[in-house]
Amino acid sequence: MHSLLAVEIPYWGQSLLRVLGGLVAVLLPAGTIVYVFLFKMMSFMQSRLGPMEAGPYGSMQLFAEVGKWLQKEDIQPDNADKRIFRMAPIVVLMSTFLLVAVVPFGPDAWFTDFETGVFYALAVSSISVLGILMAGWSSANKYSLLGGLRAAGQLIAYELPMVLAVMGVVIQAGTMNLQQIVLAQNAGSIFGSDIVGNPYVLTQFVGFVVFMIAVQAELTQAPFDMPIAESELVSGYMTEYSGFRFLIFFIGEFATAGVFAMIACTLFLGGWGVPFSWFGWTSMDSVANWMNVAGPLIVFTKMMVLVFLIMWIRFSYPRFREDQLQRFAWKVLIPVSLANIMVTAVLKVAF
Amino acid sequence: MAQIPGMIKGLAVTFNTMMRTFKNGSNTVQYPHEKEAPPIRARGVIALHEDNCTSCMLCSRSCPDWCIYIEAHKELAPPRREGGKPRAVNKLDRFDIDYALCMYCGICVEVCPFDALFWSPEYEYSEPSIADLLHDKSKLGEWMETVPAAPELEVGADKKKK
Repeated sequence: MHSLLAVEIPYWGQSLLRVLGGLVAVLLPAGTIVYVFLFKMMSFMQSRLGPMEAGPYGSMQLFAEVGKWLQKEDIQPDNADKRIFRMAPIVVLMSTFLLVAVVPFGPDAWFTDFETGVFYALAVSSISVLGILMAGWSSANKYSLLGGLRAAGQLIAYELPMVLAVMGVVIQAGTMNLQQIVLAQNAGSIFGSDIVGNPYVLTQFVGFVVFMIAVQAELTQAPFDMPIAESELVSGYMTEYSGFRFLIFFIGEFATAGVFAMIACTLFLGGWGVPFSWFGWTSMDSVANWMNVAGPLIVFTKMMVLVFLIMWIRFSYPRFREDQLQRFAWKVLIPVSLANIMVTAVLKVAF
Repeated sequence: MAQIPGMIKGLAVTFNTMMRTFKNGSNTVQYPHEKEAPPIRARGVIALHEDNCTSCMLCSRSCPDWCIYIEAHKELAPPRREGGKPRAVNKLDRFDIDYALCMYCGICVEVCPFDALFWSPEYEYSEPSIADLLHDKSKLGEWMETVPAAPELEVGADKKKK
């Protein structure tokens, strides 16, 4: 970071910049996702216009909603385990902020250059399960508890295919460092042709599909939204939450969608990079400095494409039944991703 | 595997709807700024043509919600023919419909033998206070201006015999 600005920034300054950058990297995509996809795309898919009054084309609607939630009463049930009840949404949102720490946004624009970034990302993404279980249990409500248990069962079931799908990428790239995975994709070649580099969405297509399905389930977006199935469980683990605690859950839901899409685009779509052959770059050091500015925009664009896929599927499909969901994870996704790992490993050795 | 063509078709439905909304606009209207015309014979509000009312109480008695209140007194009107007795007519003192109770079944309109009640398509009469939903006979009389002309009878329908 200091090499970019040609000024030596003290450690506390760097930390402050990282915190600010993390806030921007989480909240800006979350707001954009809510407006573009939840408000507008969903409405258009149902042949209506969505919010139109607040700001031009309703673009300020989110601020109105946030203001509404902030001024609502913060209700806590009498029997609730108050401290756990208050902690739960923060734990959920925290896992999102921890997750964004390993996403690289440019050759020098990263929060942490973590050797085992993939491992870390998959590990902290499961912290949200804890928060959801805490919310479900501490609400002292049958619906909340059922929703929390369903969420836990679902997230554990889909954590596995997600890890196994990423394994193929790790085998092919030969590293768990997300920055190196980006490098391997953009500097790579498919059968000697390096026109588009080697984005793993092409060579790891099965892994990509499994990963995106698992992400859909991790985010508890329809068709995997049994934990908050409103026709059965009111609102699942969120039932008893109101005011700004609900707002934190709400932000967490869409911020996590954005961050997971960023990780998916880093793993499968080449992350912040463009194919290095376009500009004659060969290694990380030869990448031009302007990629530090263009990189975040490229990540953002790719993220929007992936979130579009997630939301499109969310708005199109009805939800699974609980047993169908478990059967799909254990009997389809896990065998498929195991087979994918085997094939990848064999091909890796063969080529 | 057999479900996959159907799933793709489902995605196409939502995507095509989105593109159609982009191109041709939505099926909904932005309500306070633009309004859809209610369909013919729409049941918006009940209007009272006071001169036709004989306060026979049929509407009040047939109302399932008991939301019509009628009070009247008798008056003597001049005889129709020279040398006749003065006629006794009912004058309305009160004719209220409580729209907080009304369920828009329209039985009162159907049952009125003297064509004193009509459906009007007006629907914008919500009130901040529930008590203001009790429309008295002058308010009900004002709705008469909004009552549309009776629609043409269908071809081959029975004409009313005089």
